[in-house]
Amino acid sequence: MTLIDRPMSHAPVRTPAAAPVAGLTETSTLTVAKAINAGLRQAMIDDPKVVLLGEDIGALGGVFRVTSDLLAQFGPHRVIDTPLAESAIIGTAVGLAYRGYRPVAEIQFDGFIFPGFDQIVNQVAKLHYRTQGAVRMPITIRVPFGGGIGAAEHHSESPEAYFTHASGLRVIAVSDAQDAYSLIRQAIACDDPVLYFEPKRRYHVKGEVVPQLGEPMERAVVVSPGTEVTLVCYGALVATARDAALAAADEGMSVEVIDLRSLAPVDYAAVEASVRKTGRLVVTHEAANSGGLGGEIVASITERCFEYLEAAPVRVTGFDIPYPAAKLERHHLPDLDRILAGVDRVLGR
Amino acid sequence: MTAISTDFIQLLSPLGERMPHADFDPWLADIDTAALAALYEDMVVVRRIDTEATALQRQGELGLWPPLLGQEAAQIGSARALRDDDYVFPSYRENGVAYCRGVGLTDLVKVWRGSAQSGWDPASVRMATPAIIIGAQTLHATGWALGARFDGADSVAVTYFGDGATSEGDVNEALVFAASFQVPVVFFCQNNQWAISEPVGVQAHADIASRAPGFGIPSLRVDGNDVLAVMAATRIALDRARTGNGPTFIEAVTYRMGPHTTADDPTRYRDPADLAAWGRRDPVLRLRALLERLGHLTPEFEAQIAARADAVAAELRAGCIALPDPPALSVFDHVYATPHAGLDRQRDEYAGYLAGFDAAPTEPTAATQPVASTPKGSL
Repeated sequence: MTLIDRPMSHAPVRTPAAAPVAGLTETSTLTVAKAINAGLRQAMIDDPKVVLLGEDIGALGGVFRVTSDLLAQFGPHRVIDTPLAESAIIGTAVGLAYRGYRPVAEIQFDGFIFPGFDQIVNQVAKLHYRTQGAVRMPITIRVPFGGGIGAAEHHSESPEAYFTHASGLRVIAVSDAQDAYSLIRQAIACDDPVLYFEPKRRYHVKGEVVPQLGEPMERAVVVSPGTEVTLVCYGALVATARDAALAAADEGMSVEVIDLRSLAPVDYAAVEASVRKTGRLVVTHEAANSGGLGGEIVASITERCFEYLEAAPVRVTGFDIPYPAAKLERHHLPDLDRILAGVDRVLGR
Repeated sequence: MTAISTDFIQLLSPLGERMPHADFDPWLADIDTAALAALYEDMVVVRRIDTEATALQRQGELGLWPPLLGQEAAQIGSARALRDDDYVFPSYRENGVAYCRGVGLTDLVKVWRGSAQSGWDPASVRMATPAIIIGAQTLHATGWALGARFDGADSVAVTYFGDGATSEGDVNEALVFAASFQVPVVFFCQNNQWAISEPVGVQAHADIASRAPGFGIPSLRVDGNDVLAVMAATRIALDRARTGNGPTFIEAVTYRMGPHTTADDPTRYRDPADLAAWGRRDPVLRLRALLERLGHLTPEFEAQIAARADAVAAELRAGCIALPDPPALSVFDHVYATPHAGLDRQRDEYAGYLAGFDAAPTEPTAATQPVASTPKGSL
């Protein structure tokens, strides 16, 4: 026989699943990370075809511990530690979806998603269209994103616009524990591929979580009502924007804060309704300005209700620079003061 | 002229001599003369499909066609080894494999006519939509096989790719994942010596099959123009996968006798002597020679095969030409599986725009109808 064979060890066999843990049954106070964990657990209980795959998500529970204890509960066929190859994590998820699975892939850090970019935009995003609906890609890709944690390069990025530009994907970004829980469940249940961006620097912020699915994930929500300025934000900046609205109120300005939640599609009806009321629009994100979501939102709102605008819309964003060194990131990231400066500008103050 | 490496397993010589092989022959015990005749018919028919589709492209009915000329044994020998419940993840030249899986003739050319981005429902024939991004499908096969392992099924994923694809990261990552998870997948590499204009030496300084053991995956290197060697190797690999022994890599050494696609011009980069040398190793002719040696090549048999090939070609041509242009607003269909407000708005706006034309209220006029493109370039 000419088989060229070499002995090799099989993939490690781990201990069998521990006693099952029930999902969240009552309103609880959880961190954002634990809320995602609770949502993942519930999704895995609800549907045996939900499998998690990624780097270090098993015994370690992920570098942010988002998948803690899920390996022990569901076993190595549901929580899969993969070799270190992002394209393969996504491409393998595609194959699992072909076989009827509902994979949830974890990309360890935002800047690590690019080796998987081809599989995401050329395969995950397009297979349903390519096959005229015959093959569904109910894949969720979890991505911790954004800066503010003093990290090294590639650990603080905001790559969402690359994906909002790719037709066939849905993109959401969560800002608090409740949405973290509700939207991961909605994302996994969705028959379309979903990129689920997690606000890395808010992972440890606690909030009340009601074990419900809540508002549909494609809806934006007003998180702070106001009458003079519409302030659109998402992810980690939602908390910053709310603080800015409070500070603005102290100075007699009424700012309405909208948490987009869904970045693709954007809930333009909600943003438009607010702008028709306030006449002024500020959009903020950590991602670079050029080609960012802010420009898209400003353009779309201008097309839809130009006649309601009292002033030119304003973008408060990261600069058009590679993500800077940790000691400089506070200059790059929009903070309360820069957002307030944007509010002042749109009010002509 | 490139040297022809013969460091591979061969059961059928270019002259049609059946060469015994102690390890491979047991896997072909059921291949009697009737089975050989059936394989011959398959190979003649897919070559005829190739000829007809190339003609359709030259006549403007297809935008492009990727011929498989010369690779019939590699495709038929492997595809005829599969079970219905196995799943194929192909590249774009696997027209012979698709034929064996039961893909409709018209469905084979839909993509190349521009009628659709895919020709068939993958679930109906257990064959994925061909990947045009080189090597991407090897990861899909690996993931599917992982699912098969979770399900406790003994179905196998078989992925087809070329020598050029072995340079892609995805193929190498697929080998890593397949080995790590010990999944039932067969990596079937058709080394046809060319990645468009780049000879295989640009991709590899050693036999491609010799790479796989470095990943912990056993490999077989067979004469890809020998349908029997290919079939035996595929059966061995499938059996390993079905019995829980994980992935196998097969390198089928063959030759792309045609252009990369109908948009290509091999005379710019290929030595005619090279093509002539490989022509003497033709996979169809050597099986024909074996049938002749076995006394099966009667005029009746040859007439029957020719009639079958002609009928297939006629059906392909008629089906191709009759393919309707898709309706304008179907451009928006199936981008998402669930309602999408942004796209719904664009569809409504474009429908309104089209409705503004007096001549055709729901269809674009000739002025706005996109002209069927004739893609040129790299594919």
